[in-house]
Amino acid sequence: MDVLGRYRNLIVLVGVLFAQVLGLAVQVRRTSDSESSTRLIRVWAVGAVTPFEKALVWAQTSSGNLWHNYFYLRGVRAENRTLKAQIEQMRLEQVRMSQDADQARRLQALLAFKEQFISQTMAAQVIGGSGSELSRSVYIDKGYNDGIKTDMAVITADGVVGKVLRTYRTSSLVLLIDDQTSGVGAILDKTRLQGILRGTSSGEVQLEKVMSDETVPPGELVLTSGGDGIFPKGLVVGRVTKVTPGAELFLNIRVRPAADLSKLEEVLVVTKIDERQAQPDQSGPARAVDILAERLPGVPSKPENAEKGPAGAVAAPGTVSHAPAGTGPDAKPAPAPPQVSIGAVARKAAAAASSEGAGSPSGAATATPDAVKASPKPVKTAAAPKPQPAVEDRPH
Amino acid sequence: MAITYTSGEQVEVYRFSIPATILIPLIAVFLQAWVPLRLPFFSIFDLPLLVTIGFATARRSPLAGLFTGGLIGILQDALTHQPIGLYGISKTVVGFGASSLGIKLDVENAGARFLLTIFFYAVHEVVYFMIARGLVGLHMEWSWPHEFLSGMANAALGVLIFMLLDRVKQRT
Repeated sequence: MDVLGRYRNLIVLVGVLFAQVLGLAVQVRRTSDSESSTRLIRVWAVGAVTPFEKALVWAQTSSGNLWHNYFYLRGVRAENRTLKAQIEQMRLEQVRMSQDADQARRLQALLAFKEQFISQTMAAQVIGGSGSELSRSVYIDKGYNDGIKTDMAVITADGVVGKVLRTYRTSSLVLLIDDQTSGVGAILDKTRLQGILRGTSSGEVQLEKVMSDETVPPGELVLTSGGDGIFPKGLVVGRVTKVTPGAELFLNIRVRPAADLSKLEEVLVVTKIDERQAQPDQSGPARAVDILAERLPGVPSKPENAEKGPAGAVAAPGTVSHAPAGTGPDAKPAPAPPQVSIGAVARKAAAAASSEGAGSPSGAATATPDAVKASPKPVKTAAAPKPQPAVEDRPH
Repeated sequence: MAITYTSGEQVEVYRFSIPATILIPLIAVFLQAWVPLRLPFFSIFDLPLLVTIGFATARRSPLAGLFTGGLIGILQDALTHQPIGLYGISKTVVGFGASSLGIKLDVENAGARFLLTIFFYAVHEVVYFMIARGLVGLHMEWSWPHEFLSGMANAALGVLIFMLLDRVKQRT
């Protein structure tokens, strides 16, 4: 008894350490069950911390909005002029791109090619991190109550961010692509070499499994390959920064993520991915001369063409969606609007939903401020379509 | 004033109120998770570790130290996607060690606190590294410059945090 009393502290220490090591070993060995065995602890911890985080983020956002919407309006007019000029440029560029897209669709149809596209996303705010350099992950303010599920892709306008790893009632844990336990199927844009994108313990991102006899130029764009079943094909991941010979006949390719993973504030969770077969566009593409003509004063608008604008919006809680304009059975060729930031997408979509009310059969659209259903383009989200200038179906 | 007698020397034992005992670790874990998103350099600090050392040295009870450290560590683990226990084990060891050392040494002055924090930061990192690599199988690289810099930074911040903890601790 004396010995027990004398070494009581040490015995308790050994007991506590043994219990924790045992628990750790069980979790490591049974990875599938470990989630359920520690679920309660994680729910309590997240429940204790996330309310503080949400409150702070809310306060920060509110004060930021107050500043930007009321006090910081200097230079808005000049910015507006610049943006209008940019829109003009982009509309001209869009004509060329729509011709390329039409050609691609025709070729895809010939090959019976099925493509994936993001049909629905949900905007979420990043409220906190894991607090550990060994766990590169962030918490977002949407959970399973909002329809978030595990393994959903998380992106920003710049590129891929990660995937949903765990969901809680009103928050979710997102594993970033620079974590050493993450893996993304990736493909190099020009050389079409495929590999697996992984994080390292130091937070860098590497493209693995590319043979050392291949040539990969620094600066090449890295896209998702779609092979992992989580990220749809064609999303921008980053750019190659450094290529060195690696171990076991593979190249060591460093990649700089396109999305700034250290300064995440708002992200989009891809809640729905659709697969469709490409169909050739039945109508002719927009012409530069038509778009320019609409800018000239005195040119009357043509009513039959006006109908060909994109569809309106239908409000529904939770999401914003755009049907694949120009690709569905009765879709009309509508020139894609200029691409804008995610925040602007959500705001525009919400505004469209509230102002237009109902949509046409050809185009979709459900809208709330915190979710965006993106355009059929697999890579980037586009702004909610607003009535576009008439586009004629004249043959070239 | 309650006084404990160890090796013939008198050391004061402090306690913390229940709200402080619950809220301070919670705030430390919350700040550790939240601030690095806005200020990435902040990730070199380990606030929960500093709070563990601060509590342990003030209470001077090895049992209280190891349980406080263990609970703070498990809370920190629960926010990550790694198995629960990595921080738990490391901080259990630190909590026990800091309180045991607190009995024997005077840790009331800033210099002693600075050195004590560097020492226990190193202990924490070594234990964490060994468990993460040996038991969980994670790839980790030990970087002496990084660890040295982090140790110094944590020790400097630790001195400030201990001064704040001095304001809320109560004599038993």
